[in-house]
Amino acid sequence: MKRHGTNPIRYSALSILFNGLRGNQAWTPAWRQPEPKPHYDVIIVGGGGHGLATAYYLAKEFGITNVAVLEKSYIGSGNVGRNTTIIRSNYLLPGNNPFYELSLKLWEGLEQDFNFNAMVSQRGVLNLFHSDGQRDAYTRRGNAMRLHGVDADLLDREAVRKRLPFLDFDNARFPIYGGLLQKRGGTVRHDAVAWGYARGADMRGVDIIQNCEVTGIRRENGIVTGVETTRGFIGCGKLGLSAAGNSSRVAEMAGLKLPIESHVLQAFVSEGLKPFIDCVVTFGAGHFYISQSDKGGLVFGGDLDGYNSYAQRGNLATVEHVAEEGKALIPSLSRVRMLRSWGGIMDMSMDGSPIIDRTHLDNLYLNAGWCYGGFKATPASGFCFAHLLAKGTSHDTTRQMRLDRFERGYLIDENGQGAQPNVH
Amino acid sequence: MASLVPCPHCGARPKEEFTVKGAAQVRPAPDTDKKSWVDYVYLRENPRGRYEEFWHHTSGCRRWLVVIRDTATHEIESSCDAAFAGQTDART
Repeated sequence: MKRHGTNPIRYSALSILFNGLRGNQAWTPAWRQPEPKPHYDVIIVGGGGHGLATAYYLAKEFGITNVAVLEKSYIGSGNVGRNTTIIRSNYLLPGNNPFYELSLKLWEGLEQDFNFNAMVSQRGVLNLFHSDGQRDAYTRRGNAMRLHGVDADLLDREAVRKRLPFLDFDNARFPIYGGLLQKRGGTVRHDAVAWGYARGADMRGVDIIQNCEVTGIRRENGIVTGVETTRGFIGCGKLGLSAAGNSSRVAEMAGLKLPIESHVLQAFVSEGLKPFIDCVVTFGAGHFYISQSDKGGLVFGGDLDGYNSYAQRGNLATVEHVAEEGKALIPSLSRVRMLRSWGGIMDMSMDGSPIIDRTHLDNLYLNAGWCYGGFKATPASGFCFAHLLAKGTSHDTTRQMRLDRFERGYLIDENGQGAQPNVH
Repeated sequence: MASLVPCPHCGARPKEEFTVKGAAQVRPAPDTDKKSWVDYVYLRENPRGRYEEFWHHTSGCRRWLVVIRDTATHEIESSCDAAFAGQTDART
């Protein structure tokens, strides 16, 4: 392995012991703060989870180490640090399911792979259903998952009650009939994902350049030659866009109009409580999902606010709605105090599924449209985008996630909502 | 997002009374080429800043409005009835 600059040590129990004895004064930074070089083989725009994972797999799996990740703020300042940390692969459609299952498999081995504690906890994801019709729909989804080799268990009302006795089973409008459980789903410490990938990429030679905003994409004869940034021009052989909520803004610099709208999604954390909810639970009668962090705070969220937004903050009406959903599901939440709420900008695609594809320019590649499924997809998104950047062809699991699927009529519309991003 | 949305018929009303449709685009002629339709149905400018949107005053006068809003600051610049903006095709 080729290393540049300071040599980060491999973390181990022994290194914790030695550093503890030395008063924790000897830890070195986990990644460098390099000056941009004039030219890179590959530049990734966006130092979020997906961009860092892409750089990591490019270096580790595909042997391309002359790579820069450009981040306009600090790494992990966007959606990778603003989500509800849930991982799962309980998707219905063949265009989605194998990809998310690849992602879950990568999560399962991630900490050993990048030698960083990301607190991957496979505590199970339970989707509740509240009517006979919804039971049929969830049975169908569970069967689709099993046909793809993914674990799925249909729980009846009593099995759910045994596991989560505090739910409101006899809610007058939305009684709980049962739930679809994916045992391998769970939660991950989201910030550590960004840090682990950053460290792993950096130690293989990737330059992570923070506070470096891309302001233009230079093109000559139909190919990209580099990017204008707030730290000057940087040349590149290939350019990968991984800018989440700002994808439309960055793509516009290359004359590309995307099937994407940017929307704000809020998330919430309560005060710390004693152990209470031991899995991820979702409310099927609305859109509400909740889990409990290792610190004891309840982490939960709901739907988009519903209007296009680039502001990383949401509206009080949505806060109230989410709180009401939570209380309809778990009445004992009524006295729990909310500690924090925040908003992230989602790149909502027109069918609710992502895009990992080439573009109209030969060496420009796009990774966008993650809606609010981006966090769980981080490892597979990085792996498949790296595959595309390195080999020029789609990874097998992303072959339907094409940019031109909208005009060809091959949408991957998991919810059957049509081209209306604010309801996906 | 502003708590109150100005409706030309009802005055300033709580945001929760409204339903957001999305970009206030002009529907192409039925016999226009495929590219224009793909553009209309699937592609979006998605600007950071001034944005013209269709809003429906669902719990009020039930009229379709064109609301001009800033997507970065959430400030509303103005609103008018979609009929008077020359946009009569704002159906969900």
